[in-house]
Formats: sequence, C-alpha cells, structure tokens
Amino acid sequence: MPERAPRPQPKNPILPTRQATLPPASRSRVALGLTAVAARGRFALQVCRDCSAVQYPPREVCRSCLSHRLVWRPQDGKGELLTETTLCAAQELYFRERLPWRIGLVRLDAGVNLVAYLHTGVGTAPCRVRIETALDRAGQAALIAMPEKRRPDLSEDPKLRELTCDPRGRKILVTDGKTSVAQATVQALANAGADKIWIGEAEPWKKVAGLEALRELRQATIVPLDLTDGGSVQKLAGEIGGKVEILINTADHHRTFSIAARRGVETAQLEMDVNYFGLLRLAQAFAPVLKARAADQPTNAIAWVNVLSIFALANYPPHGTYSASKAAAFSLSQDLRAELRPAGVRVINLFPGPIDDDWDQLEMPPKLAPAALATAVVQALKGSIEDVYPGDVAQDWVARYLDNPKGLEREAGEGAR
Amino acid sequence: MKATKKAARTKTAPSKNGARKSEAKPRPDALHALLRAVAASDDVHIVDLAQTLSPEFPPIVLPPEMGQSRPFRMEEISRYDERGPAWYWNNVSFGEHTGTHFDAPIHWISGRDLANNTTDTLPVEHFIAPACVIDCSREAEADADFLLTDAHLKAWEKRHGRIPPHSWVLMRTDWSKRSDPVAYQNLDDTGQHTPGPNPDCVRFLVNERDVLGFGTETIGTDAGQAAHFSPPYPCHYYMHGAGKYGLQCLCNLDRLPPTGALIVAAPLKICQGSGSPLRVFAIVPGR
Amino acid sequence: MPVPAPYDDVVLAAPVTVPYVRYSIKSAHWFLGRAVAELLAAAKIPKARIDGLAVASFTLAPDTAVGLTQHLDMTVRWLDHVPMGGASGIVSIRRAARAVQNGDADIVACIGGDTNHTDSFRRNTSAFSQFSQDAVYPYGSGGPNASFAFLTAYYMRTYGATREDFGKLCVAQRDNALKNPLALFKKPLALEQYLDARLVADPLRLFDCVMPCAGAEGFLVMRRATAEELGLRYVRLLGAIERHNAFPDDPVQYRGGWVMDRDTLYAQAGVGPEDIDFLETYDDYPVINVLQFEGLGFCREGEVPAFVRANTFEVGGSFPFNTSGGQLSVGQAGAAGGHLGITEAIRQLTGQPLGAQVPSARHGVVSGFGMINYDRGVCSGAVVLAAARP
Repeated sequence: MPERAPRPQPKNPILPTRQATLPPASRSRVALGLTAVAARGRFALQVCRDCSAVQYPPREVCRSCLSHRLVWRPQDGKGELLTETTLCAAQELYFRERLPWRIGLVRLDAGVNLVAYLHTGVGTAPCRVRIETALDRAGQAALIAMPEKRRPDLSEDPKLRELTCDPRGRKILVTDGKTSVAQATVQALANAGADKIWIGEAEPWKKVAGLEALRELRQATIVPLDLTDGGSVQKLAGEIGGKVEILINTADHHRTFSIAARRGVETAQLEMDVNYFGLLRLAQAFAPVLKARAADQPTNAIAWVNVLSIFALANYPPHGTYSASKAAAFSLSQDLRAELRPAGVRVINLFPGPIDDDWDQLEMPPKLAPAALATAVVQALKGSIEDVYPGDVAQDWVARYLDNPKGLEREAGEGAR
Repeated sequence: MKATKKAARTKTAPSKNGARKSEAKPRPDALHALLRAVAASDDVHIVDLAQTLSPEFPPIVLPPEMGQSRPFRMEEISRYDERGPAWYWNNVSFGEHTGTHFDAPIHWISGRDLANNTTDTLPVEHFIAPACVIDCSREAEADADFLLTDAHLKAWEKRHGRIPPHSWVLMRTDWSKRSDPVAYQNLDDTGQHTPGPNPDCVRFLVNERDVLGFGTETIGTDAGQAAHFSPPYPCHYYMHGAGKYGLQCLCNLDRLPPTGALIVAAPLKICQGSGSPLRVFAIVPGR
Repeated sequence: MPVPAPYDDVVLAAPVTVPYVRYSIKSAHWFLGRAVAELLAAAKIPKARIDGLAVASFTLAPDTAVGLTQHLDMTVRWLDHVPMGGASGIVSIRRAARAVQNGDADIVACIGGDTNHTDSFRRNTSAFSQFSQDAVYPYGSGGPNASFAFLTAYYMRTYGATREDFGKLCVAQRDNALKNPLALFKKPLALEQYLDARLVADPLRLFDCVMPCAGAEGFLVMRRATAEELGLRYVRLLGAIERHNAFPDDPVQYRGGWVMDRDTLYAQAGVGPEDIDFLETYDDYPVINVLQFEGLGFCREGEVPAFVRANTFEVGGSFPFNTSGGQLSVGQAGAAGGHLGITEAIRQLTGQPLGAQVPSARHGVVSGFGMINYDRGVCSGAVVLAAARP
C-alpha cells in the first residue's frame, strides 16, 4: 500500500491565482530534431554520415567536413561535467520564479559540449554524468545531467519534478471506467500515490464488474460522464473541472469493421461520436479550466492523456472505421496540444496496438495486457515524454511508419477484402 | 330559400354520440363543443402521456454487436450569441424508437410486407382512438417480470366491459415513476426485467379483440425477458404482423380512467419510417 | 606565418564619447549620430570629408550601417557594418587601416554605440544567436552571466585563481573610474564589498558583471599626412590582429584567440610586451581580463594568480590597466564596449586622458573580445598603438 502523499493546504480563496509562465520556447527547425526524440524519451544527436563527427548544437552541415548528410543517432549520453553554476538571477519570468537553478557544462565522450540541467543527485564538477532528455514545460527538449551510476527519478529533484506529471498526490479524472484498460489504469494510479481518482461512467444501467469493483477503492469516486452528450460533459466540468489536475481520456468505442463489412454508417458514427467528438466535447469543457489553473501550485493542472491507438497512425482495414476515428482523435489531440502548450499543460498520447480485451479477441498475439498499458500511462506521467508506443506491435508499427509509411499502408491492408 | 333552411337546420342540430363514424356532412357542433369543453377544463381535460425527450432518458439496450439505436442528443446551434445573435435553436438527433415513441408495423419482420405500414403511410384516422387502461401497478411493483395474460384481460372485461375494436390497450404499471434510469432499465446479468404481455395475451388482443395497438410505460411493448418467449417478442411479432401499432415509454397512465379516454398519437411523417418519438396525450372526461 | 604588411602611416585621431546613461528612450541612431557629430567637431571637418564609415551596434535594427548613411545623410565610398560585439572596434581599425593605406578612403569614422531600454538586455540576449536560442538560453535564461560563470568556476578550479584576485582587478578599475567624469560608477569599491556582493550566477556576484547602458564611442582612421594637414593630435597604428572561433576543441575557453596571433602582433609592431606602458582589455567579466593578460603575453599561461598578486593595476601602478575604469566601472554601452578601450588609449597616448594620465605613455595595447555565440566568445582581436613621436 503506497504511502499517502501529504495533502496540501486548501488554497486561500481571496488570493489571485498565479498564471503560467514558460521557459523560452523558440527553436530552430534543426533543433526540433532533439524535441522529436525527447518526445519519446530518447536522446539522439546528429552524426555525420561521411566523417562520423557528432554535432551539437544541432546544425545544417557537419562542423568537421561540411557534409550536409547528417542523421540523428541514439547517444548513450556519457560524459564529464566540466563546470557548473547556480543561477541566482534570470531574465525570463519562468526562471525568475524558480531560482536558484543549477546548470552545468558537460563534455560528452562523443566529443561535443552541451549545457544541461543538473539533477540534485549530481556531485560538483568535475565528475562523470549521463545525459538524458526530458520535455520542459514549453514542450521543448531539455537535457538533464544525471549521476553516472545510480539513476534517480526526475521527480526526486524538486526543481525537475516540474518537468514530469507525476501522479503522486494528484487529483485525476479517468473519463470512462467501463474498459479493462481504464480499470487497470485506475488501479495503477492508486498504486502510484494518486490522491483522488474520478471515474466517468456513461449508461449506468449497463453494469460492468470491473468498474463495480473499483467502488471499493479509497481514492475512487464514480461520476456520471457520457462523452456523446455535451450537457453531461459540461455538467461534470462545472462540478469538478476546477479540481482536476490530470485528465486521462480512456473512452474508446471500438468495433471491428472495414468499409464493406458493415452496411450503413451507424456504427462508424458511434465510433466517431465517442472517439473523436467525445474528445472535442471534453476539450471544449475542460481545457479552459485546466489552462487557467496550470500554475495554481501545488494542485495545478498539469497533463491531459489520450489513449489513442497505433491504428491512428496508419489505418488497419479490419478495424477500418475505428482506425479512422482514432486518426481523427489524434489530429484533434495535436490541436489540443497546441492550445494547451502556452499554459504548460502537457498532452500525452499513447498509441497501443491491440489490447488483450473483448474487441481485439480475434487479433493474433502479441497483444497488450490492460495492466501493461496502465503501467505505460503511469510511466509516461512520471517521466517527461509525450508520445508513447507501448508494446511490441506499437513499436513495430511506428518503426515501419517512420521508415516507410506507404509500405506500412500496404502491409496493414494485406488482410482486407 | 330551401338551401338556406337546410343549412340552418344542420348548423343548430346538436351532435349525438361523437364516437360514431362521420356522416355524409360534417357536424361542426361536436368539434366546437369539444374545444369549449377543453378550454373550460369542465367536461374534459388533457393528460400528457409523453416523457420529456432529454439526453438522460435511457435508450433501449441491445447487444453490442447489433446496430445501436441512438439516445436523444442536442447540439446547440446558437443561443443569442456570435453564432446567431437573436435566436436560440438546436440540432437534435435520436433513433426512431427513442423516448416516448410509436411503433409502426414495418418495424417488425412480421409486418414488413403489409400495406400502409410506415409512419408516412399510416391512415391519419388512426391517430385518434379510445383507450382501455389495464391497471397492473400492484403486480408490477411486486414482480418486475410480471406478465399480463388473457386471463387478466378477461377479468378486467368483467368489470369494465368488452375491449372495443380499434382501441388502444394500455398496460399501466407505474413503471414511468422510476426516475432513476438504472431502475427504469432494470438490467442484470440475465438481461432486462420489466413487465409486459405474454403471448396468449397478445394473441387474444389481436385475434379476438382487433385492437388498434398496445401501449406500455416501459422501454418496450414486450416484457424485458421476451427474447426467451415463444415466439420471441410476441407483442411486436403479433401486433405488427397484424398491422397494429405500439406505444412505449408512456407516463401518467395512472391519471386515466379504465375506459373513456381518447388517445391522440400521431407519429412524425418520416419517409419509410418504422416509428418515431411523439407527443401523445389523452382527452379524458371529467375535470 | 609571414608577418602581414605593416600599417605604415596609419593613424587614429579624434577620440569622442557620447556620455553614457543607464536608460534612454532614444534609438541607437541618436547615439551614433551624436558620435559622428562629435567627431566632426573634434576634427573640425565638414561631414563630406568623412568618406568611410564603420559601424557597430546591437540595437540599430532593423537598420545597419546602410540605413545610418541615409539617416545621417552621409555619402561614403567605403562602408562596413561590423557585428562582432566587443571585438568590433579592433576589427574596424583593421578594415579602415587597409582602406586608407590603399586609397579606398581618406578619413574613416569608426563608431560603436547602442541605446538601452528597460527590456533591451533581455531582448538582445534571448535572440542572440541560433546556438544560444537552441542550446543555452532555454537553460535558465541567465544570458552571458551563465556562460561566464561556467568559465570563471573552471578557471578558478584549474588555475587556482581566487575571488580576491579578480576583486583586486575590479577594485583597481573602480579606482581608475573615479577620476573619469564620464564613468557611470561614482563610488569607490572596497574588496569586502566586492566579495560579499549579491550572487548573480555562482561564482559571479554583482560587481563581476557589467552594467548595460546607452552611449557611443568613436574615432577617426586616416593617413598621417591627413592628420597633420588637419592639425590633429594622433596615435600611430603599429600592429593589429583578429581571430574568430579560435581553439574550437578546447572543452572550455581557457585561452582566447590572441594566443594564436600575438607573435605576429608584436612582430608587426616591432615592440614586445615589455615595451607596453598600459593595457586596455575588454572586460565584460573579470575572468576575461586574465585571459587577455595571458593571451597577449603579459604573463605566462597558468601564472595569472601570481601575476595579479605581484602587480598593481591603477593608473599609477606597476601594470596600468583599463585606465578609464573599463566597462565594469564605466558602463557597457552595447557594442561600444569594444571601442571604449581604443578611445581611452588614444587619449592616454595624446596626453588628453579623461581621468588620470599614465606616466610617459608611449605604447599601449588595446584588446577586443566578444560574441558569446554558444559556450565561448568567438571574436577576438588586439592592436598596438604608439604615441605620435617614437
């Protein structure tokens, strides 16, 4: 039984609410290559294909031989902390509000210098460190120097904890408790120390054993929420929106039809109404209040998690209309991310392959256990990433997609009739 | 002169027995009398038998593999705002069988080939008809799976007289007073548990009494467990197979007399419609 | 490397300063325009006689030297915009010298100047360079304070320099500034004050950091014959070097570009460090001063602490250094920070100092440095100047 995080003091209601500030957000296009890998929790640098020189800061041509053939390659991040400073004055509001802040100059064994945040676990210079990526609150890549030997959690550092969306002590809305994935997620959040978990329930006359069992969970409160009914969404947002710190959208209407396999659009309409319009209704109702409370420490709103599907990336014709609805949700989630970024609220998307549940019954293994997806959700919140491809099938699909999306289109369509 | 006298006589002659089939010439007196009575709430009053169409009202539950009937949903178009400064309106969506609704014969496979079996082709004259209200409220309270039988009907007829042809038979269970949707649906692992007619009852009403249709307060004209009857869903099967109608999710049946109420039930004129939500009400004698 | 052609007959004259103010609502054009006006007055020449212009500024945007010619209605046959921060003054001399030597221009005005609004420093720093935007500024937005804190900490750890060593330089500079009526800092600085000052970026404290301000500096470059024709006091240019992105593989910038070219500088000038009577360094942070002491051959590498402890740095001391106070005590008027040492050197060598006079000043070195593009200052340069009569 995890220890209960100390409940923060209630807020003094006559004090104004702090507004969100962000670290500097602009990056050149080449530097966004670092953001792309950091979004998935990886560290890579450009490497010259002609002379192998590693590059940093990111650039257009090789610093050594001027070749333009630079590719991003994974790096182990090992290096030496050469020198450091603790900033006691800063020009941007975000840092002014968080001083003092410790940064260092690290020389990677790969032969480049970089400036990084220093985790409190790192000793004084000179010492060995290992560089990792994180996402800062502006959604850009940040380099973190960790101690070389023991890898602490980001959240063990009181300054760097803000780069995570750690669910410990937090109040969380899980939008649909009917699915096995949602139930496993609720349990995993409770185990990770969440303070309170609201679980949305639509159609209360359809009882599901897994959800009923969660009524016993100390942290859980089941609330009415039907993503196909705008009034229901608005009502819940009015009631609890001002308290939600993390929103996890687990609603998923999943049927297994290609275009020809189902006559009429009724089933596809319901997939869209839950998977796409449901997200839109949620966003219209909850995004404004999450943004307004993004800096309302210590109970500020910090994250929005969408459980999408790897089929959002490339259509899986046996679940063709479902894939399209998840693709629509994915596109909309990018809009949501752009709208929440100025407030520093992170949008995290998970793209699992088939889950080991009723609707993927006929899918061949490997299938993702609901508990495994739940673990991925919690790890994404505890880490500092925004794009998650949990499980073997998801990893396989995204690798194929990035390598040759047209090829994946053909491969995914092989079973279709 | 002759014509004038004739016209005058027709005008002043009082109507007798308004329920009779209309004669060669219309009798305006009967209609005026009715309207005056309604306005005065003197000799007649109106009882609203329809539930409000709202997103909270539960739709019928089907297995997930089947096509699903949509609950009622409203999307606001504008409300005196930048989307429409001086007006408020909504787009609404619903299944044909959402909320208080009317079933046309084409709704069931047994009625698929009958003439005039869709909501746009039903005879308009059928939209006003008398009702016999069978009070099963005590039985339904004791047993959610209560079934109305032909024996019950015969006992009712002993007290209230024979069920006339072309009349509605309405099964009052007070089920509409269950305002909690979970209690209204009353589902468990073995399915839905709501009262309704058994096959004998339906056959009796169709074959022996030639009724207009059957109405209930529950979510279907058939009982919740009717999938297991022989034939399954006998009310739908026999009624629609004989070109008869259904009314569901009614309310306020407890305010109707056992006989004497006139039901106004006009479904929307949907092309090829199998049914529709509707405003159904009763004209009831007395205050 | 063969020594480049000498700067025979190239002279510098008419040092001018547009007085510094902490903040101004004016644009850079005002300060640069005033500098040109002062140059014309000091040299008693009409505007049309200036046929070459070298400009350095951080706040002239969206204009460059081009816009300034039309703003000031100057027609020139030689024009240079020098975006090299504190090295711009030195680099302007190198460009202008070759131009007047070869007849591409007769009289070149070299001006550096900036305005300073309340948000100028943040705006300039947050969009300073692509590398800074991508890889430094997002980490604490400490600006150059962070970069030089890194260097100072490394230098102290590696070479044993102490805060007292750096403080000694700052205290001496303040002492020099007290005699300079144009210096923005008017109060003496005691070592204890320096040591106990508010932390900015450990180990840098308040008095390690320059104060950005508005102002301008300027001087003229011409052939000696022109200066004599105009009856101007002048100094001779003996040698000049510049070097950019030196030692890119050094993990930390513990040596500057001067190391690569100082031998050339002194060979070209025909004098050595021992002949130099005063040194004007580019001093945005004390640690950069010591890099210039080493880089320009005044002490051996790694021996800076001993050098600092063994010398005194006031105008009358054993090693006169930043004789008008340097930026740390006068103020940093943006890009003019690199011209400040040049105008002071011309004043010392023509016997017209703003403050105290270095006794028997015959030769002086002025050093320039600047542009923290990422993790080090990219630009550097230096000149050797001599009094008119050898």
